[in-house]
This record gives sequence, C-alpha cells and structure tokens, in this order.
Amino acid sequence: MLKIEGLSKSFGGVAATNDVSLHFPKGSLTAVIGPNGAGKTTFFNLITGAFKPDRGRILLDGDDIAGLSPPEIVRRGIGRAFQIARIFPTLTVRQAVLGAVHAHRNQHRIIAKRFPMSGSGDRAEQVIALAGLTAKADTLSRNLSHGDQKLLDIALALVLEPRVLLLDEPTAGMGPEERWAMIDTVHRMWELERMTLIFIEHDMSIVFKIAQSVRVLSYGRVLAEGTPDEIRRHPEVIKAYLGDEFEASQA
Amino acid sequence: MMRSSLLRDSLIAIAVFAVLALLPFVVQGKGFTDFMVRLAAFGIFATSLNLLVGYAGMESFGHGLFFGLGCYSFGLIMQTFPVSIPVAFLATVALSIVVGTVVGAICVRLNEIYFAFVTLAFQMLLHSLIIAWTPITGGDQGLTGGIPRPPFLGIRLDDYYHLYLFSTGLLVASLLAMYHIVQSPFGYTLRMIRDNAARAPFLGINVFRVRLMAYVIAGAFGAIGGMIMSLFVSGAFPDFAYWTISGEAIFMIMLGGITVFLGPMVGAVMLLLLNDFVTKMTSHYGLVLGIVILLFALGLRKGLMDFAADLWRDRQTASGPRPDTAAKAVTSAPARAGE
Repeated sequence: MLKIEGLSKSFGGVAATNDVSLHFPKGSLTAVIGPNGAGKTTFFNLITGAFKPDRGRILLDGDDIAGLSPPEIVRRGIGRAFQIARIFPTLTVRQAVLGAVHAHRNQHRIIAKRFPMSGSGDRAEQVIALAGLTAKADTLSRNLSHGDQKLLDIALALVLEPRVLLLDEPTAGMGPEERWAMIDTVHRMWELERMTLIFIEHDMSIVFKIAQSVRVLSYGRVLAEGTPDEIRRHPEVIKAYLGDEFEASQA
Repeated sequence: MMRSSLLRDSLIAIAVFAVLALLPFVVQGKGFTDFMVRLAAFGIFATSLNLLVGYAGMESFGHGLFFGLGCYSFGLIMQTFPVSIPVAFLATVALSIVVGTVVGAICVRLNEIYFAFVTLAFQMLLHSLIIAWTPITGGDQGLTGGIPRPPFLGIRLDDYYHLYLFSTGLLVASLLAMYHIVQSPFGYTLRMIRDNAARAPFLGINVFRVRLMAYVIAGAFGAIGGMIMSLFVSGAFPDFAYWTISGEAIFMIMLGGITVFLGPMVGAVMLLLLNDFVTKMTSHYGLVLGIVILLFALGLRKGLMDFAADLWRDRQTASGPRPDTAAKAVTSAPARAGE
C-alpha cells in the first residue's frame, strides 16, 4: 500500500529524516511515536508533499509520489490532518466541509453555478455526522471548541476519501476524557472508511490500546517497529524514548 | 432566510435598474447623472478590488493598473479603429484578461506585502509607459480630442441620459455578475484560501490557479470601470493609471467595508460625495479626507457596512428569546464577506 524507501531530508546540517524505510499495509492502523524532534511531523510533511525529499521513494500502490505537490498527492489519495487544527475560521462547519467536497470533486473552480452544488450536501452531512459535528454544523469554525476544531480538521481530510489518512497528534491539547472520545471517533472512522490510518501520538496508553502496529522514530531514523507488545518490551525503545518513567509506571 | 438564487438576484437587479432608469426624471439636473456615471465607474472598480481584498485575502495596491488600462485601451481603440463601442468594449476586456494573466502569474505567488508592492510596481510601469509613449498616449496631456461614440443598438452615448443608462446598466450587471461569482463554488474556494491558504492545498486546491483566476476576473471588472470613466471624460488621463486611483479604491472599501458585498458601493458613494462637497468648501481636501479615514480606521476600526452588519448581528443575539437560539444567530451569521 504505502511503502517508504530510503527517505531522507536535511535542514542545513540536521538530518530530520535519515534513510527511513517503512511499509504500511492496506487497511492497517499504525502509530508513529518518538521523542520530540524525532522527525515525526517531518515524515508526514514529506509524505504529503509539504517538503520535497532529498532522497528516497514514496510508493503509493506502486507509484512513486515523492516530489509531487500537496494538491497532486491529495488527489492520489493521501489525506492529512494537523497537529494544530488547520481550519477555515470564518466558514461554518457545513460550509467548510461542503467546500472540501467541491474541492474533492474538482468543482471548486466552477463559477457558473451557486454554492453548494446539488449532490454535494449528502456527502457533507455524512462526513459531518461521522465526525460527530451534526449539532454544530451551522457553527462558525472559529467558535468551535479545541476538540471540535480537531474533529473538523479530520473531517475535512475524510471528505477526500483518502486511501491513506495521516493524523498528526489527533489528541494534542485535549483533556483525558476528550482524548478517549476523540480516539473512539478516529477508530470508528477507520473501521467505517476502510482506509490505511497512520497517526502520531504521545499518549502511550492510547498508542498501546488502539494501534495494530507501532513505528518508532528517533533522530530521524527508524528505531524499532512491531506490535504494541513488542515495542513495549523493546530495550532500545525503552531506553531512548519511554525511559525510566515508563518502566516505573509499568511496575 | 430565502435561499439566494441567480433568478431571484437577476429579478432584483432588473428592478433596481428600472428604478435607476426613472430616477433622472425625479432628480433633475446633469449633476445627478454625472455623479451616477462616476459612481458606476468607481463602484465597479472598488467592488472588483474587494473580490481580491475581502473574499480572496489578496491585498492589491495596484488595482488601478486595470482602471488605467481600461481607460486607455478603450479610448485608443475607439480613436484608432472604425469599430463599434461593444467591439472596443469586448476587445478591452480581452486585453485586460491577457494583461491580468501575465501580471497575475508573476504576482499571485507572492504573499501579503510582496503581493501588494509588486502589483503596485506593475501599475506604475503602466503609468510610466503612458507618460513616456507620447505619440500614442499623448503623454502627460492624456488622450485628447474626444472619443468617438457611434450609436449602437439605438444607444447614443452622446446623449447624457443614454450614457447614464448605459453606465448604470453596466454597474447593475457587473454587480450581479460579481455577486454571483462570490456565491459560486469558486467564491467559497476564495474564502477558504483567504482563511487558510496553507490548508487549502491539502484539500486538493491549487492555490496559485485559484488566485490567478481571481486576479484576472477582478482585473476584467476593474477595466470595465475604467471604460466607463473614459466615456465620461471622453478621453483618458495618466492620473487614471496613477497609484492614487488604487488608493481611492482602497479608501472606498475601507470606508464602506469588506465583509458585506455592497460595502465597497457604499464606500464609493461616501468618497465621491465627500470629494464633491469638500472640494467645494475648502482646498484642503486631502486634510479633510485624511481625518475622515482616520475616524473610520481608529474609531470604527471597520467600514460602515461591516459596522452595520455587526450591529445587526448583535441585535439579533440580544433579542433572541432563548440562549440556544441566540447562540445560533451568532454562529450562523456570516463573518468576513460571508453571504
């Protein structure tokens, strides 16, 4: 499905991503973890075209998409939500999702018709419902709570019917209860939409609970990969990332 | 609220035009029709600038490029070739689209202040060209000798009532067209880019292409404003391509507001009235205008129509019987250039 081969990217002298090779099977649910500065977000930026890789290949179903622009990569089926929700503050939830539906259907440059185009409403309502935002559909995006803004960000990515969805810390900045609600929603989306989901997460309890497999990045390299159980016991990972605190909490 | 449709808006536009057509029989005198012809030119021009500033978040300082281009292109074509007014009109729109595409391809990749100043640079390039190319443009004397106005379709633009009808007709039609554009899927894509140009590409939107389209469309309407001006003064002058003309359009949208579609129209009325009254009373026009603009910028911190829209929204909230409906009134209300 999504296969990364020898991906590298340096900023100045710093190798943010250093010869990373990873494989994400179709329909898998994978967590990417690693200490701050491990290159997780850079890794997402490379896959989605925000940065151009220095070296390496990004194969989506066999096609190399490395070096394409973000819109081109989106149209190939890789969607993305951001660590800090990137939304459209002056649009309502419904308008924003409808706008994304038009963009996905390549109707976003149409001038002759009125917004929204007929036939776009059903898809928008479906995605809004999937994100659990139906009651807030007429709310201006900027007036949403932090958690709802993150859900909207994910909903915008979902509109594109991505084959691969990348979520950068979907629970960042949320309280404990909100976190689990978010993760439940994400998990439900993954089950319903049958996509390959890759998410960056710092909360180990979430990672170990829902991820099928885990990839650990450290200093731009792949430190370890495996099932949550394998990662939990991986000596390198414990040393480099989870540290004494984690061992203590497991005791 | 009734859903806005092209049919409904067209009917409103026809009704407005009918009223405008009858107005000169009520308000006598050439002063009124003259005012309205100038208002048509500047109203279209300012509204087209607001397509960029208010809807797309592209703060152009050089929109006068198209006003000047429209003036000179139309005037020169009419003086040089034995063509009818509609032909010169369409040729000028076509030329502005070509120029808009070339200039836009260079400018719209730039952000904010860089975009503002490079658009301004291109406008000053046109101005320098007009001043320097005396044999064609008349240099700093402008395009003199009058612009021929052969009658077409029974319209005789020598007649001031005909010119009034022609100009206000173009004004209403242009406003209708631009309103339709901002209500189209393209119009909402503009709002998305204005709100978050970094997010849009990850929804598959090619920001460059959409911005370029917006720039070209706004330029074409800006040129229509210039053509009306050229008919009004029966010539073309370098001032119409000078940076101050862009400044006037910016003042208009500042005074009238950028969040309401008709804000720039209101601003155009205000600035033209200010201009006419203040210049009659004092020679310190710039001083008075500066004070008025400062009052708006520092006092209201927004244009008149923005202020009115916010006030209306607050009243809706205050009079809401239940908290939940009140909340809905706030949240469903359009924000910046919403509806």
